[in-house]
Amino acid sequence: MRKKEMKLVITFHTTADAMAMEKACQEHGAPGRLIPVPRSISAGCGMAWCAPLSERERLLGVMKERGIEEEDLHECLV
Amino acid sequence: MIYMDNAATTICKPDVVKRAVLEALDTFGNAGRGTSEAALHAARGIYAAREELARFFHAEQASCIAFTANSTESLNIALKGLFCPGDHVITTVMEHNSVLRPLYECEENGVELTILGCDEKGNISPAEMENAVRENTRAIVCTHASNLTGNMIDIEAVGKIARKNGILLVVDASQSAGVYPIDVQKTGISVLCFTGHKSLMGPQGTGGMYVKPGLHIRPLLSGGSGVDTYNRHHPAQMPTALEAGTLNGHGIAGLAAAVAWIEEKGIDALRERELALMRQFYEGVVRIPEVKVYGDFTVRKRCPIVSLNIGEYDSSEVSDELNMTYGIVTRPGAHCAPLMHRALGTVEQGAVRFSFSHYNTEEEVAFAVNAVKELAEQGE
Repeated sequence: MRKKEMKLVITFHTTADAMAMEKACQEHGAPGRLIPVPRSISAGCGMAWCAPLSERERLLGVMKERGIEEEDLHECLV
Repeated sequence: MIYMDNAATTICKPDVVKRAVLEALDTFGNAGRGTSEAALHAARGIYAAREELARFFHAEQASCIAFTANSTESLNIALKGLFCPGDHVITTVMEHNSVLRPLYECEENGVELTILGCDEKGNISPAEMENAVRENTRAIVCTHASNLTGNMIDIEAVGKIARKNGILLVVDASQSAGVYPIDVQKTGISVLCFTGHKSLMGPQGTGGMYVKPGLHIRPLLSGGSGVDTYNRHHPAQMPTALEAGTLNGHGIAGLAAAVAWIEEKGIDALRERELALMRQFYEGVVRIPEVKVYGDFTVRKRCPIVSLNIGEYDSSEVSDELNMTYGIVTRPGAHCAPLMHRALGTVEQGAVRFSFSHYNTEEEVAFAVNAVKELAEQGE
């Protein structure tokens, strides 16, 4: 397994919100990718946006502009 | 075959629709189940379709659009999920059984129902709708266009009544979506139910509903959602709230391509073509002795449908003759619109429905007019 790093992980209420996030980030040139929600955040299923910790404010700005609501924001080893 | 049963389903799908379905069949994983490229490809495709439909109906956001199998499913979700015992609901005789039967079930469970009648041409008066509003009225549920006559309800006027009285407006757009532009926000529609396989030109098994932001509908189904596995309850957030189980991603990819195709061709141009064909047919048959045409043709705004009967002939017999002798496909009998048939006095006879698409030609219409003429002459 590759070495884990601390990352910003944003979870969503629905898959549609996760897809909206991916599209918004692509259009804004904001970094990150969709990953399965890590167990350390929530057991179960779903997808989350994973990005460098330093991109927090930028990503929150993108979400605010597009009206995308997060379920939660986490900093964890991914 | 000359296909004139487009109100049942359109048969000539654009090539882009077929290609989109095939591409999806080859590449789609299960949307929302993991983040493999295959799963994400499906999720992206479905999200793009949501955006396309949201744009098409002028919805506030993509998450206002939930996908279902057809209008019937959308209407069942809306009607069974919105009303409670003691609520009053106003509907009309123009409705299809996909509205009436769920409402009858609601009535058996304590919902009060008012069903508005129509005039001799099959039209509903919005003024009468307003008179029917009571203190406990929760919603007006109406079709945008009758599947039997092609007559339309002025949903802009109904939307104003709903707004003024603080009640919901649920619209069945099965016949009109893809024919007339619908602006859910401007019109004041709370829930819009649509099917993909008629004038939206998509595959069968696709459909959906627009739900106004903040309006809670109790889901008809619960189950797999791709999120929140250990919650005992299905997620409440739209669109997941109304989309339990794997979606028809392949079909939805086709539906998105179909709607994009309509936008490219221009909905107004497509409709004007259909209405011109309808008018040509109507003018050709209306003066044939023994032919009785139903619906209001004095107005321009209607759906491209002409229903008729020849003398006292059983509509099934006429439709079968059209099929076997002339190769013309129509729909006979009762059209899942029992109250409309009762209002028109066609419960026993049914009606032969000719419904046109932009794919039909003037030559086909002329041939169909001639066929009706010959059958009417044979009956004399």
